[in-house]
Amino acid sequence: MRAPDVATTRRDLVTGTAATAAMMAAPSASEARAPAQAAAAPRAAAAALAKVSFRVNGEACRLELDTRTTLLDALREHLRLTGTKKGCDHGQCGACTVLVDGRRINACLTLAVMHEGDTITTIEGLGSPDRLHPLQAAFVRHDGYQCGYCTPGQICSSAAMLDEIRAGIPSHASADLTATPQVTAEEIRERMSGNICRCGAYSNIVDAITEVAERQA
Amino acid sequence: MKPFTYERAASPAEAAAAARRHPDARFIAGGTNLLDLMKLEIETPSHLIDVNGLALDRIEATPDGGLRIGALVRNTDLAADPRIRRDYALLSRALLAGASGQLRNKATTAGNLLQRTRCPYFYDGNMACNKRQPGAGCAALGGVTRQLAVIGHSEACIATNPSDMAVALRALDAVVETVAADGSTRAIPVAEFHRLPGDTPQHETALQPGELITGVTLPPPVGGRQIYRKVRDRASYAFALVSVGAVVQPDGTARVALGGVAARPWRVEAAEPELARGARAAIDAILDGARPTQDNAFKVTLAARTLQAVLAEARS
Repeated sequence: MRAPDVATTRRDLVTGTAATAAMMAAPSASEARAPAQAAAAPRAAAAALAKVSFRVNGEACRLELDTRTTLLDALREHLRLTGTKKGCDHGQCGACTVLVDGRRINACLTLAVMHEGDTITTIEGLGSPDRLHPLQAAFVRHDGYQCGYCTPGQICSSAAMLDEIRAGIPSHASADLTATPQVTAEEIRERMSGNICRCGAYSNIVDAITEVAERQA
Repeated sequence: MKPFTYERAASPAEAAAAARRHPDARFIAGGTNLLDLMKLEIETPSHLIDVNGLALDRIEATPDGGLRIGALVRNTDLAADPRIRRDYALLSRALLAGASGQLRNKATTAGNLLQRTRCPYFYDGNMACNKRQPGAGCAALGGVTRQLAVIGHSEACIATNPSDMAVALRALDAVVETVAADGSTRAIPVAEFHRLPGDTPQHETALQPGELITGVTLPPPVGGRQIYRKVRDRASYAFALVSVGAVVQPDGTARVALGGVAARPWRVEAAEPELARGARAAIDAILDGARPTQDNAFKVTLAARTLQAVLAEARS
C-alpha cells in the first residue's frame, strides 16, 4: 500500500475517493443555504419537509429539511461544518457537542427543525487556526488528545462547562449544594462525563481545562 | 428513522387539539429519549408535536408554600434553582446524579418522567420484547438480568425505570398535573404515575393517549437531611444498580425511596417505621416480596448497605 502524499490530508483523501458520490448526495454549502435547492435533495418518498432558520457561528441560515434531520446532520451534511463530529449518534459519547444559545447539548439528539431562531456555535465558531480559542490552545499545549475525533466536542463542552461553573450551577461532585462551585479536577471530571475519549487522554484534558479556568479566574 | 410530520404548538390547548387530530402523534420537548428510540425505530410516531413553545418553563411558589415546576423546566435549571437546592436538596441531588451535562441541559421535567422504562433487550430489535411488541415474549427473563428489576416485575417484563428524578419526587410526595386531549385537567400523585408491568408492560404510566403533563407540584418543604446515594458501574453518567433517596428527620424517622430495583420508584410507607430496627430490617420490609434473579440478587444486599450508608451520613 502506498502512503498518501504528505501534503494530502485524510479529509482530502476521503473526499477525493468519494467525490462523485458526495456531489450527488449532498448540496454544497452555498446551495444548502438557499431553501429551494436544499428541498431538492434526494429523499424517501414519504419524507416530510419543514423550514427552519437559525444562526450558526454568526451567520444566518435558512434551510428546508427532511423533518428527521438532526441538528448534527444539518450542520455537517447541509452546512458542511464538519468540525462537529458524529460518534455514537445516540447521545452517549459527546463528540457532537455544540452550544445552542450558549448551552452545551448533544447535536445528535435534537431535530434541526426544533431550533427556529436559535443561536448555534460550533467548534468552527469558537476559534480558527489563526485565532485559537484559549481552550483549543490549551488542548494543543497539554496534548489533550490522540486521534482528535472527540476533541471538538470536548472543547465545546468544556467551554460551556466553565460557564456553568461561573453561573453557580452545582454538580454531583459539589460537596455543598448551596455553596459556590469551585473549579477542581474532581468537578471537571464529573462535569465532563458526557464526553468520552477512547484514546484515554482524560488526564491531559483535565490539565488543559484547569489551565484555562485558572487563567480566566 | 421513520418519516413524520412536525408542528409547533403554542399553547396546551393547541397541543391537545393536535393530539386529537393525530392519534399516532407524540409530544416532543427535550427529545433526548424519544429521538434515541426513533432512530432505532422502536418509537415510530407519524407526527411530532413540539411543545417547547408552551411557556411551561417556570418554577413558581404555590399558595400552600410548595413549588410548582413547569413541565418544560430543564433538568439543569431545576437542579440549580436556589429554592430546590435549599428546600428540596434530594431533588437537586437526584437530578445531578443522572445523565450528563449535555443531556440535563436539554431534558425536561415532564420528559424525565416519561422516559421509557427500559432494558437492553427492549433496545435490541432482534430480541423478543413485550414492550415493543405485546405478546412477543420477554428475552430478558432467562437472559442477562444483572441490571434489571428485583421487585414488581412480571412474567411479561423485568425492565427498570432509570429516572433518578422520579425517585426523589416519590420520596417528596410530588404530584403530576396534566391536561387531557379534551381539555380536562387532573392531578396524579407520583406514587400512582408509573405502572407496574403486569401483562401490559407497554403501558408504563397512568397517562391516557394525548394527555400532556403541564407541571409537577412539590408540597411545602419537609426539612430533614436529604440524601441521594446512587451506586453504579462507573462513577458518572450511568444508570443506577441501586439508588436510595431519603429524607431523614432528627428523630430518626425517614422517608425512603429506592431506584434501580423496579419499573417505578420503590417506596413502601408502611415499612418505614422498620428503620428504627436498622437498615437491613427496613430493606427487608421495603423489598418484602422481592423475586430477584440469580444475576441481580446482589441488589437486595446492596440496597441494605446503601441505605446503611445514607443513614450514617444523615447522622454525621
